[in-house]
Amino acid sequence: MKLNERSVAHYATCDSPPDKTGFLFKKGERNTAYHRRWFVLKGNMLFYFEERDSREPIGVIVLEGCTVELCESTEEFAFAIKFDCVKARVYKMAAENQAAMESWVKALSRASFDYMRLVVKELERQLEEIQEANPQDELQLISGPSKENGVAWSKPPAALANARAPPVPPRRKGASLESPVCPGTGCFSKLHDWYGREVEELRVQWLQTFAPFGDATFQSCLD
Amino acid sequence: MRFNEKELVLLSRQPSERAAELGMRGPKKGDVVKKRLVKLVVNFLFYFRTDEEEPIGALLLEQCRVEREDSQTFSIAFLDEAERKYVFECDTEEQCAEWIDSIIKASYEFMRKNLIYYRTEIHRLTGKDPLEQYGISDEARFQVSNGRPLPTVPFLVAL
Repeated sequence: MKLNERSVAHYATCDSPPDKTGFLFKKGERNTAYHRRWFVLKGNMLFYFEERDSREPIGVIVLEGCTVELCESTEEFAFAIKFDCVKARVYKMAAENQAAMESWVKALSRASFDYMRLVVKELERQLEEIQEANPQDELQLISGPSKENGVAWSKPPAALANARAPPVPPRRKGASLESPVCPGTGCFSKLHDWYGREVEELRVQWLQTFAPFGDATFQSCLD
Repeated sequence: MRFNEKELVLLSRQPSERAAELGMRGPKKGDVVKKRLVKLVVNFLFYFRTDEEEPIGALLLEQCRVEREDSQTFSIAFLDEAERKYVFECDTEEQCAEWIDSIIKASYEFMRKNLIYYRTEIHRLTGKDPLEQYGISDEARFQVSNGRPLPTVPFLVAL
């Protein structure tokens, strides 16, 4: 199976900060000796390099769907990365001391995309709960980050509801990520489409008022 | 570079965020559009020959830029070689917009930014760190100031 290896290797060495780095011993595939390698954990990818200052990783272990366990080994401070598939490889590793081993096992157990997604969803839910319980806090949010285009995206307070402000797009419950800047709104492209439709409706209204017979001059003014 | 191919193939069989038959063109000169089953699972985009069980390939969706090429076409380019684009042809404008949205949100780094944003907001509104109850407040991956830029409007960055 092909993989965009060059770009994956670039991800390893680019300047986005890694989640954990350090030396570990890794048991070889064919020969059973443990080799000391420099490991870099970024997101759900565990890269390993021959040396700390090597420019390119020798390899990468995609950590999605794995479990990390302590294991019996001739090496001290050993642990294993295991996958749940037929003939899956077990990656046997060993740290240099107890603290390092515990730290790596913790970091690797929490490295999956799924785990991150769970935590994000949970915080998203908590934030929604807090906002619903405290509507006045939404006003604070309006004056906060949502100054994009000078329009307040967030739900307007009841008093202003009669004013002819553009109605706010409906909240999406439980769907994929809300905008991190403007909670309560959908993704940018949906927002964009929504406003596009409103503009279209206004345009039609305007045309009917000012150019009922399809005056070409008026048409071109709108484009 | 070695990678755990078997496990990646296993991953390609997991439930996906989005999957569809799209026209796909590789980044090399002379590559032509071919019909592929394209499947988004976590931060990988797998592509299969239709009706084949094993993917032909996978793209890790970190450090990439997704762009709209025309009303029904989008492209993915990786930041280390921005001229080489993988091009995808959709059936409708809406489908194209949905794919772009999904892919932007599929990166681990994007999720991390969201998490940091939510964590900071909840802390600001309640005075409490929401990660404390899970015992993960000190995890490097959840830190704001781990050399990371403060969250702004992350999902627009790649457009």
